[in-house]
Amino acid sequence: MAKVLMKGNEAMALAAIKAGADAFYGYPITPQNELPEYMSKHMKEHGRVFLQSESEVAAINMIYGAAGAGARVITSSSSPGIALKQEGISYMAGAELPAVIVNVMRGGPGLGGIQPSQGDYKQITRGGGNGDYYLYSLAPESLQEAVDLIKESFDIADYFRNPVMIAVDGLIGQMMEPVDFELETPKWDLPKKTWATDGNQKGRDKNIINSLYLDPNDLEKHDLKLKKKYDEMKRDHQRYELINMDKADIAIVAFGSTARVCRTSIQLLEEEGINCGMIRPITIYPFPSKAFDEIPKSVKDLLVVEMNTGQMIDDVKIVNEGKLPIHFYGRSGGIVPEAEEIVEKVKEIMGGE
Amino acid sequence: MLDEKLIVAGFGGQGVMLTGQLLSYCATNKDINTLWFPSYGPETRGGTANCSVTISDETVNSPVISKPDSLMIFNKPSLAKFMPKLKKDGNLVVNASLVKDLDFREDVNVYEIEANDIALKLGNLKAANMVMLGAYLAITKIFTNKEIVAVMKEKFTGEKAQFIDLNKQALEAGKKAVETSA
Repeated sequence: MAKVLMKGNEAMALAAIKAGADAFYGYPITPQNELPEYMSKHMKEHGRVFLQSESEVAAINMIYGAAGAGARVITSSSSPGIALKQEGISYMAGAELPAVIVNVMRGGPGLGGIQPSQGDYKQITRGGGNGDYYLYSLAPESLQEAVDLIKESFDIADYFRNPVMIAVDGLIGQMMEPVDFELETPKWDLPKKTWATDGNQKGRDKNIINSLYLDPNDLEKHDLKLKKKYDEMKRDHQRYELINMDKADIAIVAFGSTARVCRTSIQLLEEEGINCGMIRPITIYPFPSKAFDEIPKSVKDLLVVEMNTGQMIDDVKIVNEGKLPIHFYGRSGGIVPEAEEIVEKVKEIMGGE
Repeated sequence: MLDEKLIVAGFGGQGVMLTGQLLSYCATNKDINTLWFPSYGPETRGGTANCSVTISDETVNSPVISKPDSLMIFNKPSLAKFMPKLKKDGNLVVNASLVKDLDFREDVNVYEIEANDIALKLGNLKAANMVMLGAYLAITKIFTNKEIVAVMKEKFTGEKAQFIDLNKQALEAGKKAVETSA
């Protein structure tokens, strides 16, 4: 099929429909409104559910209920709205319920602003709500990648019985790019949802969806069971891209639309004879530690670039284990860095040695 | 090699976003890489609005355009905001009906198009954006008016279909305005 020019939010909605999403529940917030708007028009055509709830808290609990019944569910919001959903997300991880959650990030904290940001990095990669849990979190840099990852993310959520977070920002949500919706994406081997509370018409044992374990021994056992999933994500399902790393003297670490700006910076630096590479985390949880094992000896410095005041830099410090000097460049408040700003920062680091 | 970075800027309501989108739709139809990004948020009719459009044979990287090759400027505040960013020898297409008595940079190619006046003569002020687009296409020759009209036929359905003929005339009038001034 030929490529279609679509806005990011709409393309992500269509990708979810193509992935077989049974239900969308959500509450409006800029800059992700075109996603529920698209769903409101098109879910019904496919005989599926679209429901605009009275609040974000209601939406995430509807997601909990529908996921518990075995449906493929998705919700979307932007930073302050995602903050409101954290209780439900923690309950879903505790009750082992799959769902896809799209966060089209905007500036924070609080109501913040409505322009693009990556200020929710820590909230996303540390679980976000209470308790010992994580979200498998994907940070696409283009609409094609966003569409492909959303199509796969429903399988990933079902496989782990855990919510998957699609972490993008207002830039990805609002931009238009040509997208091919028919590209093959990996299909995961999925068992039947024998745990779902779907009516029990065949007289099987009762299924209970729950995150309450009053006996500490039971809860510890449960926590360790969850930990196994997160260990498997870290061991087998890290995703990243290495760009121009072969002869690089310095490597940028950046994700999402920031990585895309950095690609231009790398080209500009190349024109000036400077070899700059990039590690682009595609999963921000699990953080792609394996990428750092592949850094060639020529790389003398790491530069973390983010649309926040410095959050992923802590993960880079953890995996770097003190080996290379780590620098930071960030813009926040909704300002997207220009490629030239990053070029200047790279030159400043390289000139300073 | 085609690698065009354009910013279209003006008042909300002047059709700035649509003008940029038509170029991106046209690029998509021709299987050329493109990226369209709008200023979004509190922009409303009368406020300022702009969009960035990249059209390239190469993969499009930064969605943010720091040094545009061309500008389509629909009003005075947009000229002040974007003219300093324009590349040397870049194309500055201005709606001269609204942007006049101003100093333009001397190291760029300025095209003053009386877009509002031309559109009014065609019977609808709202076609001013298509006059500007016609002028831009005549200058850069990225796409033909015919290719843009083909996109309109695809996208302007229902009630909007009635505007295709007017838009076609406006595109041609914009082209003529460039040719006669050259």
